[in-house]
Amino acid sequence: MAEQQLQQDGYQIDIGNLMAYDPQHQFQSIPDKREDLVKECIAHATKLIQAVADNLFSLPSTEDASGPIVPLPPPTTKLPREKPLPKPAPPTKWEVFAKKKGIQNRKKDKVVFDEQTSSWKRRYGYDRVNDDNDLPIIEAKMTDEPGVDPFATRRSEKKQRVEKQEKNRLHNLKEASKVGALPSHVQLAATSLPITGTQAPPRKVSKDELQNVAGMAATSTASGGKFDKKLAGEKPPKHDKKYRKFLPVVEGSGMGSLERQQSDKILNKLMAKNSHEIFNVSKAVDMYNVKNDKKRKNQQGKNKSFSTSNKLKVKKSPYKSASKGSSKKGSSSKSKSK
Amino acid sequence: MLRIKTPKSLRAKRELEKRAPRLVEFGKKTLLLHGTKTSNVLNAVLTEIYHLKKDNAVKYSRRNDNIRPFESGGETSLEFYSLKTDCSLFVYGSHSKKRPDNLVIGRTYDHHIYDLVELGVENFKSMASFSYDKRIAPLIGSKPFFAFIGEGFENNDELKHLKEVLLDLFRGQVVKNLNLAGLDRVYVCTAVSPTKVLFTHCALRLKKSGNIVPKMELVEVGPSMDLVVRRHRRPDESLRKEAMKIAPELTKKKEKNVSKDPIEGKIGKIYVPDQQVGSASLPFKPKGVKRERREAKEAKVEKKQKESEAKEGKESIKHSEKKRKKQKDDDSV
Repeated sequence: MAEQQLQQDGYQIDIGNLMAYDPQHQFQSIPDKREDLVKECIAHATKLIQAVADNLFSLPSTEDASGPIVPLPPPTTKLPREKPLPKPAPPTKWEVFAKKKGIQNRKKDKVVFDEQTSSWKRRYGYDRVNDDNDLPIIEAKMTDEPGVDPFATRRSEKKQRVEKQEKNRLHNLKEASKVGALPSHVQLAATSLPITGTQAPPRKVSKDELQNVAGMAATSTASGGKFDKKLAGEKPPKHDKKYRKFLPVVEGSGMGSLERQQSDKILNKLMAKNSHEIFNVSKAVDMYNVKNDKKRKNQQGKNKSFSTSNKLKVKKSPYKSASKGSSKKGSSSKSKSK
Repeated sequence: MLRIKTPKSLRAKRELEKRAPRLVEFGKKTLLLHGTKTSNVLNAVLTEIYHLKKDNAVKYSRRNDNIRPFESGGETSLEFYSLKTDCSLFVYGSHSKKRPDNLVIGRTYDHHIYDLVELGVENFKSMASFSYDKRIAPLIGSKPFFAFIGEGFENNDELKHLKEVLLDLFRGQVVKNLNLAGLDRVYVCTAVSPTKVLFTHCALRLKKSGNIVPKMELVEVGPSMDLVVRRHRRPDESLRKEAMKIAPELTKKKEKNVSKDPIEGKIGKIYVPDQQVGSASLPFKPKGVKRERREAKEAKVEKKQKESEAKEGKESIKHSEKKRKKQKDDDSV
């Protein structure tokens, strides 16, 4: 749309802005006198304007009392906006709920026929139908508690409903302000912002941030703020790093074993972490086999001599038992498949 | 609890709603103001620009000490005035030894400075110095023509910028319908040298020419001046992108399959989906075409295939199992 600028006799024409531009024109010799230069310019401008007018007057026009009216195409020269695009307001809580439930707005008449007075009255507002304030008498029921003013309860209930509605309204406004879509006439008092333009509230500086900045400023002298005058009520800057602690030089009764504990802890950690590397599997298997062989030889010689360390020793022929198990399993699966 | 501020009177509310951002904007308002010192020339320039734009401009007459648009910190009160008067164009005049007869034209976006052009005013001729038939004097608020002449407006970065700013300053409101009887003014800008622009304002006289298009005649009515470009500041690229946004609601979606022809008028293309021969209703259906039969037959074939596949699969599984068992037995021995 913007790209297709009209070209005529080498002029660029933007009818939407009634503008013509001649990028080719050059003066043969710029006249010394300004008047002559202006005359030449105006003469050339006349040609340009004539070119615009040719386009303009050829547009379909409708005759009006004041003159022919022509529909102008949108301008092709792009110019910036003065304010950002308005943002759509987020749906209120009720609107979200209504959409979920499929509730639709139905138009209601503004005036309703009041049967008591047999006249038309407003639905809401001053002098409305079924106004609670108009009731002179409320009939007592059996369930009513004695000593409670029914008029007062009605009034307080009404007040509560109004307050609830106001709370909901404020909530919705707050949500709208978060996306910057507050109605233009509403201003959040906390932010007291301009109404025009964007309505993004400035970020509040937190207490921590303020403290950080104050602390930095206080300690940015050569002495690190040590010899500075303290303001009334100013606290010393917070020390947020850990203090270095040293172990006692002499072994005492309570703290004495601390150093050993510490090194123990570190060693344990290291061992636990690298235990898979420390444990050499192949070597262990070798050792185990050698031990077994030795034991078998001994047993062949001694023939069932029990010793105290018998329990700790590994049971005989681990291979066989393993193979037995596997064969059993295999047989069971065979039978099943058959 | 959160407190909100709303205008107390309906009039104030209406006034605030007028200032709210809108999808299609009205013309930009112009703020005219000056610095601590101004010359006679500059005073005249400011008043005459104000006269040209009287329908949509605000003129301040007091001195402003702390406005320096090009310096950081010097734009604060300018931005505040722009907010206060709801103006997004400003013309600021100042006069100093270093920069005599200085005119700064700038635009704001969201009441923050968008771009700036600084111009020196030379050879100023006021409206009063021109003598012409007062009946052709342009009316306030009429839509102007623009004539830009010279290659400088395309090749020279500064002048290109100036062209855009001048167009924005004087074009007024973007209109959809235009009364051709109300055309009565032309702004002529000529790039004389790479930094110098001749600016003049003319009245328009429409003369009968015999056909529909009248003959244009320009009568210089002033003000007329030479503008020498001094400093300029282009808009920030990201800001420019944001300011140039067009609302998605306003952009027309391309209509598919519809074309217009000068002779035949509106032409539409209709695409017909493939005909489903199988599901077409026939007056007489041969036995083979009947759906139930065809489907039953297909189902039968499928069933057979499945069975055969299943058998083969089972056998292959059995084979593999046997092999595995054999291997295991070998290992254990």
